[in-house]
Order: sequence, then structure tokens, then C-alpha cells
Amino acid sequence: MDGKTRNSSEDEFWILKLYVAGQSPKSVTAFRNLKKICEEHLEGKYQIKIIDLLKNPQLGKGDQILAIPTLIRQLPEPVKKIIGDLSNTERVLVGLDLQPAKKGSF
Amino acid sequence: MEEKRKEVGLEILEKSPTGIKGLDDITGGGLPQARPTLLCGSAGSGKTLMALEFLVRGAVLFNEPGVYMAFEETEQELIRNVASLGFDLKKLIAEKKLTIDYVHIERSEIEETGEHDLEGLFIRINQAIDQVGAKRVVLDTLEALFSGFSNTGILRAELRRLFRWLKNKGVTAIITGERGESALTRHGLEEYVSDCVILLEHVERNHIYTRRLRIVKYRGSKHETNDFPFLIDDDGISILPITSLTLDHGVSNERISSGVAALDEMLGGAGFYRGSSILISGTAGTGKTSLCGHMAEAACRRGEKVLYLSFEESSKQIMRNLGSIGLHLEQWQKKGLLQFHAERVSIYGLEAHLTSMHKLIDAFKPAVVILDPINAYLSNDDELEAKTMIVRLIDYIKSNYITGFFTNLTAGASVEETTDMKISSLMDCWLLLRDIEENGERNRGLYVLKSRGIANSNQIREFLITAQGVELKEVYLGSTGILTGSSREVQELLDQEEEMRLEEKIKQLELVLERKQKAIQTQIELSEMQMKSDEIEIKDKIDALKRQHKRIDLKRQVAQTSRTKKGA
Repeated sequence: MDGKTRNSSEDEFWILKLYVAGQSPKSVTAFRNLKKICEEHLEGKYQIKIIDLLKNPQLGKGDQILAIPTLIRQLPEPVKKIIGDLSNTERVLVGLDLQPAKKGSF
Repeated sequence: MEEKRKEVGLEILEKSPTGIKGLDDITGGGLPQARPTLLCGSAGSGKTLMALEFLVRGAVLFNEPGVYMAFEETEQELIRNVASLGFDLKKLIAEKKLTIDYVHIERSEIEETGEHDLEGLFIRINQAIDQVGAKRVVLDTLEALFSGFSNTGILRAELRRLFRWLKNKGVTAIITGERGESALTRHGLEEYVSDCVILLEHVERNHIYTRRLRIVKYRGSKHETNDFPFLIDDDGISILPITSLTLDHGVSNERISSGVAALDEMLGGAGFYRGSSILISGTAGTGKTSLCGHMAEAACRRGEKVLYLSFEESSKQIMRNLGSIGLHLEQWQKKGLLQFHAERVSIYGLEAHLTSMHKLIDAFKPAVVILDPINAYLSNDDELEAKTMIVRLIDYIKSNYITGFFTNLTAGASVEETTDMKISSLMDCWLLLRDIEENGERNRGLYVLKSRGIANSNQIREFLITAQGVELKEVYLGSTGILTGSSREVQELLDQEEEMRLEEKIKQLELVLERKQKAIQTQIELSEMQMKSDEIEIKDKIDALKRQHKRIDLKRQVAQTSRTKKGA
């Protein structure tokens, strides 16, 4: 656990889970935004899992999913939770710990 | 049935019985079916327990499975917390009659990055409902969402959608909410729930905390508007009144003895009606408890169960004292026909006390309940409240066809009738015991002030407590009023003397009359004798004269004959 510093390690692999409910516009937007951010910041070292709660409702329980869409950073640890369609890129980066800056902002 | 309900139309408001003691009575049948109800109250007011009991009763009594969405407590915590109330949640969960879903919300973990909704929550609730086929849902408490989501615009829109969705889903729901400063709930949940709002409070009065429940709103249904005290104990929630405050008690024509023959005599010769409420009021030491003893003894002798609730004396003390007047109640207690329950009212809050009393009655199922004295309540809390509580208790006893025997200790000598006004109107029969002070003595008098449906005696009887129990004596009604005690005895003696004097006089006069009759009789006899002798005397005289006359005649004949012989 302690070897995994959040930000820099080049060999870190990212597993991101995106919870959606069917093909709603918000879900589609979120997926598009996520894809773009990953391409930009994590090229080649990430994996996105899409979990459709309409198809697998029981899967939402473990991650305590209430809002849709919700993005979970499963790896690297610690687990992070981000809600919304990810259109506010700055906030997404903060939430994913990809950009250490802007911590003071709310 | 479900389809029928929908066909019949929207006008009839279907209700979902809660199974919580008393709540269905004051809501007229339960919560609005297939609609959300808001249950609000401050922390510790009993929201969670009430909501959970709604599900437990639904599952056990009405075969309606339930879903509990817990936003604040985990499943384990909930199971543990209500185990003390006798709710076995684990069993219900295993039987698929209940599902508890703990929804964890932690603000600090969540980053909001744009448009979102709460579809995840909807899906989760939906899944829980489908899992057990739930008809009842509890969301405790949705306000936790406000701490987890900063975008209240989205949140409020989603809440509105949630309530609509719950209605469409056809589940009867309870939404809990924390009491706010100026509004019913901190986050204004009441604006989303328009059908039924119930408020729970925990109020302190005279250092006694009581829980209270009020139906703030119930659209499309009549309901009680008062504050109702309620209690949480090892049996769940009980709201008073446990019975409805209606007047449709059944009545009985059966009469039961009071245990005092002379008193039965005063009550049309047959005693009280079964199931009626009887009030005995009187000042201290007028014999109220003794009458209770007779009542208990008589009922037990008939083989009926008696619950004796004493608020001022211990059961041992009562039994000893009643033993001294020849009433031996221990035997009935041993046989299980008599149950004593002695406790001071002030130990608990009034509601707690009354609720425990309801439970005693429910468990023991007595034919007669004795409350001695009923005004133990009045000394305790504010009077109006106490009186309404008594009303509810009497009502409860009555609606269960139990004969209620209540004593009331009155304060002054002649103010009984005013102090008892409020409760006396509930009573079917009212006996008054009063002191009658005269000639330096204090005696007891009993009279029947009222007795519904019984041709009762209008007389005051003297009430004696003897070693053989209570005795009622005819009292003297003289020109100076009623006489009791020694004056009655004196009067009795005086009357006896008077009687004797009269008898003597009659005898004397009779003698005089007899003598007079005798005197006259003798006179009559004398006169008759006189007459007889006079008669004889006169008759003799007549005879003599007749003889004389004859002689003269004879002489004349003889002379004539001789003259003719000479002449021829």
C-alpha cells in the first residue's frame, strides 16, 4: 500500500468504473468526457469498466451508488468517487488526483 | 383485488393499517395506502422505531413485506437496536419478509463534476422492493442526502421525482425527517409529501419526559387532531388511546352483585350492570376501599377475574386491612383470580403508567377492574391532562366489557359533586360516601347519586364497617334530618318507649271499656230482674182481682137461683 504514491508513478495502472443507467444522455456524455480525459492523461495505462445498473442493479450496492453517472477510481488506491457527467474537467482531475493543484477550491 | 381497487376509483382513500397499537385508531385505519407519509420529529423522538415497527407489523400481521432503506444506521445496528422491543429482524429477513439496505453517504468522498441524477438510488430501492415483493417502504432518513449532495437544485428535483415514483410503484412509504427550527423538517421534506404528515415529539413537563404524536395533516381523511402520548417499551410502540374514543360500547343486561346485599337492594335489588363504570367518591376514611374489597370478593366468588390497581397502598396492606373486616382475599390471589398491582403513579409519566395498565388488562383479561383511587393521577400532572387520560382509561375498560370500579378521594366535606363533575359524566353509577357529623360523632352515610338504567333507592343509608364487612342500616328520617350513629340508636330507644307507652294506654282504655260494658250489662240484668218481679207481682194482683170478681159473680148467681125458687 505505501509504495503506491498517488500522483506520479509511471507504472501505475488505472481501473475506472463508470456506473450508468442505460443509454441516457448524461451517461453517454460522461463516457465521452471520461474517454477524453483518460486519453489525455493516462494513455495506455487505464481500463474503463461500464456498469449499467439497469442491467445489473445489484452491482450498485457495493460502491454505494446513488447518483448516476458515478465514476469510481478503483485503482490506484485509495478509491475515489466522482459524480456527474464529468463535464467539469478541472473537477474531474482533482477528483481523480491527476492534478494536485486547486485543492482550495470547492 | 388490486385491480378492483383501481377500478372503483380515486375517491376512496385506501388505508394501510400500521398494526401499531393506537395509531390505526387515531388515523381512522392506518396510513394512506400506496402513498408516502412523512414522519418527522427531533432526534430521539422515536421515528426510526415507529417506521421499523410499521414494517415489522406489516410483515407479521398483514403479510406485506417491507423494505427499510437506512441512511444513518447499518443493518447490524438496527437489528440490535430493536431486538429489545421483541422484533426479530433477522428472522424476517431470512423469511424474505423484510430487507434492510444500508445506504452510506459520505460527503467528503464525493466530487461533483456536472449533471447527474439519483437514478442509482431509485434502482437500488427498486431492487430492494422487487427482492421481497415489498408493499411497504421506509426511507430513514432522506435528509442524509442533503449532506451528501451539494447541488440542492438537483436533489430537490430528484426528491420530487422519487415521491412520484414511489406512488406509481404502489408502495405505502414512510419517509422520516428531522425536526427543523421553524419548519417541520430541516430540509423542508414536507413540501414533497402532501398526503400525510405525522409529528413526533419528546416533551418535558415537571421533569417527566413524555413522547407525543400528532397528525399534522392527513389529506382526504378525518383524523384525530390532538396530541397523543405514546410509549416505547419492550413491546413496541403504544399510542393512547389504544381504543377509539367512540361511544359504541356494547351493553349488557346482566347484573352483578356489589358484594353487599343491602347495596344491591338499593340498586333495584340486583346490583350493578356488568360492564358498567362505577364511581365511589368520598372523603378520607369513608370506606371506599372496603367497598372495593366486597366487590372483589363477590366477583372472585363468582369465579371471575379481578384486577385490583392500587395507587396508595401496597397489596399486602390492603389485604391485611380487608382481612380485619372479614374479607379474605388471599385465597383468590392464590387461585389466580385476583391480581393486585400496586404502584405509585408518580414514578412514571402518566402515559407510561396508563399504557402499562392497558397492558396489564390485556394480559390478565379481568372481568372487573378496580382502581383505587382514581385521583392518584390528579395529584401528579396538570389536571386537564390527567382527566383526559382517565377518560381514555375508562373508555378502554368499558369497551372491553369490563366492569370498572373506581374510587375517588374527595377533598372537602360537601364539594364532592363539583370536583367529580368531569369524570362523573362518564360513570354509569355513582355512589357517594359521606361523613355525617353530629353529636360529636362522625358517621358514614352512603347514597346512590345516580345509576343509569337502574331504579335505585333515593335513600341515604348508614354505612357501618364491622368485623363481618360492610353493613348498611336504614337511617332515621326525623324532623331534624337524618340520624345516624348513637343518635339513631337513641332515637330507636325513644321510639321503643313511646311504643310501649302507647300500648299501655290502649290496654288501659280497653280495660275501661270492658268495665263499662260490664257495668251496663249488670244494670241491664238488674232491670230485667226488676221487670220480672214487677210482672209477677202485677200478675198476682190481676189474678186476685179476677178471683174476687168471680166470687162476686157466683154470689150473684146463687141469689138469683134462690129468688126464682121462692117465686115459683
